[in-house]
Amino acid sequence: MSGHGDGHIVAHRPFPAAATVELGKPQLRENLRNATHTIRDKRLRLVAERDDWEELRASGARIKDGVLARLPELLDQFTEAATAAGAVVHRAADAEQACAIVTDLVRATGETEVLKVKSMATQEIALNEALTAAGIEPVETDLAELIVQLAGDTPSHILVPAIHYNRAQIRDIFARQMPGVDLSTLTDDPPALAEAARRHLRQKFLTARVAVSGANFAVAETGSLVVVESEGNGRMCLTLPETLISVVGIEKLVPNFQDLAVFLELLPRSSTGERMNPYTTVWSGVTPGDGPQQVHIVLLDNGRSAVRDDPVGRQALRCIRCSACLNVCPVYERVGGHAYGSVYPGPIGAILSPQLTGQAAGANRTLPYASTLCGACFDACPVRINIPELLIHLRQTGPKPAGERAAMRAAAQVMRSPRRYRSALRSLRWAAAPLRWTNRRGRLRRLPWPLSGWTASRDAPLPPGASFRQWWADR
Amino acid sequence: MRIALFLTCVNDAMFPATGQAVVRILERLGHTVEFPAAQTCCGQMHANSGYRDEAVPMVRHFADTFAPYQAIVAPSGSCVAMVRDAYPRLWPAAAPVAARTYELSELLVDVLGVTDLGAYFPHRVTYHPTCHGLRMLRLGDRPQRLLREVEGLELVELPEAEECCGFGGTFAVKNSGVSSAMLADKCAAIGDTGAEYLAAADNSCLLHIGGGLSREGAGSKPVHYAEILANQKGAG
Amino acid sequence: MSGAEGGGEAGDAATGRPVADASADEQLELLTDRLVDYRATVGRCDRAGLPDALAAVLAESTRVVVPADLPAGWLTSHPGEVIRDQAEQPLALPDLDAAGVRVVTGAAVAIAETGTIILDAGDHQGRRALTLVPDHHVCVVFADQVVGSVPAALRRLPDPRRPLTLISGPSATSDIELQRVEGVHGPRRLAVLLVVEPPEGGGVVR
Repeated sequence: MSGHGDGHIVAHRPFPAAATVELGKPQLRENLRNATHTIRDKRLRLVAERDDWEELRASGARIKDGVLARLPELLDQFTEAATAAGAVVHRAADAEQACAIVTDLVRATGETEVLKVKSMATQEIALNEALTAAGIEPVETDLAELIVQLAGDTPSHILVPAIHYNRAQIRDIFARQMPGVDLSTLTDDPPALAEAARRHLRQKFLTARVAVSGANFAVAETGSLVVVESEGNGRMCLTLPETLISVVGIEKLVPNFQDLAVFLELLPRSSTGERMNPYTTVWSGVTPGDGPQQVHIVLLDNGRSAVRDDPVGRQALRCIRCSACLNVCPVYERVGGHAYGSVYPGPIGAILSPQLTGQAAGANRTLPYASTLCGACFDACPVRINIPELLIHLRQTGPKPAGERAAMRAAAQVMRSPRRYRSALRSLRWAAAPLRWTNRRGRLRRLPWPLSGWTASRDAPLPPGASFRQWWADR
Repeated sequence: MRIALFLTCVNDAMFPATGQAVVRILERLGHTVEFPAAQTCCGQMHANSGYRDEAVPMVRHFADTFAPYQAIVAPSGSCVAMVRDAYPRLWPAAAPVAARTYELSELLVDVLGVTDLGAYFPHRVTYHPTCHGLRMLRLGDRPQRLLREVEGLELVELPEAEECCGFGGTFAVKNSGVSSAMLADKCAAIGDTGAEYLAAADNSCLLHIGGGLSREGAGSKPVHYAEILANQKGAG
Repeated sequence: MSGAEGGGEAGDAATGRPVADASADEQLELLTDRLVDYRATVGRCDRAGLPDALAAVLAESTRVVVPADLPAGWLTSHPGEVIRDQAEQPLALPDLDAAGVRVVTGAAVAIAETGTIILDAGDHQGRRALTLVPDHHVCVVFADQVVGSVPAALRRLPDPRRPLTLISGPSATSDIELQRVEGVHGPRRLAVLLVVEPPEGGGVVR
């Protein structure tokens, strides 16, 4: 068995408790609703444009499954190709190792500030905290990550980490926290806010010597890394500094460039609802006279090999972090990303976090239950991860309360025997009979624990006087 | 055709009228309906809650009970989805019986080829497509096609109809806060239609939504669409 | 470059779709539509008209920066100063960042369906910083560089190991309420000049 992962992927509060806190924020819910519905509609329009969308999804799933089947071999191939192209490839088994490698590399440059391109892998391993502890200041350059960093908050969405803020709240954050911001021109108009971010970061881009990125894809055949982005902060960080350090999950591999084409078609339509994102950068090691001359790649495991060991759970590693599943999820829409306690929220987070860490970590065992199994996530997933199936798989393999287990076993004993089932139906009616007599509405407003959660917001009906089978027998 | 009714345990205990409606509809069309008395529960709650070992005997019991029948019909998108989608994985020998199991609208539209059942229901009705019927069975608009043929019935569009109601089996209890928030939005959307009845293909979801509508004192009442289809002029 | 896992087949997912079968004219129309959709400005000229068309796009420019190998013939109608970025003496970043700088480059491939221009640091494109730091990028694309789909474009690249930049419109963000705002860190203005030979043609294409 391979080791489990650690970092910002461990929920410290059970999901129901964390969700209750978030449910108490009406502004949050309104922001989430507006944003998720905007992006949903865009995605649907752009996906409908492609009459071969289902074939594309199937191709994406097949390519990723192939990668997972021969992952060790492809990692070696990638390492060899990237090394030949002038990159230095490192391997990190877990979050702690990855942070140590990056910290040492930055220290070796003598710099005390690094620019960062939005990266889920570095969020996952808590790199910013590790760098800060080592006296190195990480500066997030993606607009949303910058908002979250200035607010002293944590991301709440994979693609749009500041989705929980509206424009007025962002204006407030900039006004209070952005050094040197020009309050006279700072309105809550999104272009004005984007302009403020441009001015704030421009000098940093032009003078930075070290940048840290993740990668959306890694091409095994050529040793290339790919970053898909919109704002150009990625291009700035990937092009202008002397040293570039990229932290890349080992599942990011694709075998070759033609396979990459499939994902460049799937990802933008699924994530931002665009035919193509404004900028994609692909680099292979070092190019003399163009871009960083010191290129490091940290290949991160952090529980991925353990996920790969599970034949059912493995499909979660197909994920390309598009966040389409978050945007269509009715649970995410009500509570937002913070309720999941991991940098991977929403449906994909509910399966990925407990798989990476093992279900014993923190409160991650509660995440597979944060779903009605409505299936909207599976329909939206560009690589056909059957999220409902995986949620059930994790419920199957995870720990369960003893009382629940006993009740479920007892119910199963009843249901496998027609005789016991019939007598249970009769008992139910007898038990309800006095209630029916006194309750003319036929509805109960309060049930005892553990069903009290039900009657918190809904009435419960009383069983009718006769079951169907009684009627059938009497016909 | 000899058709076996798989009523489902929830309907047997709580919603006998839905089963009676299915019997009336099929007999009116000239078919013979049988109710295999040995039937119990499809095992969905166990399987979906992570109790696979407990669910498998129920799957086997279902397969044994319904093996003799050519066609099996159930008035529940969710239970049929369990049978058709999960049974072959849980117990592969159940696959042939699972493949012959239909949700009511599939049996009527696809197998029997009828949409007009001569029903009468002079009310304003809106339809909520429940998740498993929508996304696992791909029922599409089959139930609405049946409802559109009902004399006197005014079918009104439910805003954001495809959004989950928040039931989700044990989810409604384990995550009752989120479930209630989803339910509140569903009830508001139903309220916006001004419909007298909310129809659906699953009494479990209707139990949840109906509980919310009742608590709010809303004007809409939940009803399984089979009961609408069974209703005829002069039948009250 | 096809992989063992059916990558080649997957990469051909686009074939059989209208865009792959579209005529060259239809592809140019589609590319234009997509670029305009991204708020890029799109002009069209023939080979002989390129210098005049470029001069018109560059009118009122204070500083024009070009890669070392940009053909001198492209800029014969532009009256202003043209600065070449030489490998042995590359322009400093503050020079590229100065107000009013416009950069003119060629491209490697353009994708009609997605309105994407691919730069591969090959002929007439220069190093990556050149098309990144100046606020206004003018890109010359020849009709025979336009392909229908993403897979077709990646197949056309002579060497994918070169540094690649895929550009689909100007820099943008959707980070505030998921509303698209154009112009953040990358060039805020993208002008594309499509060079199309008239049907009777006969002239030298490049």
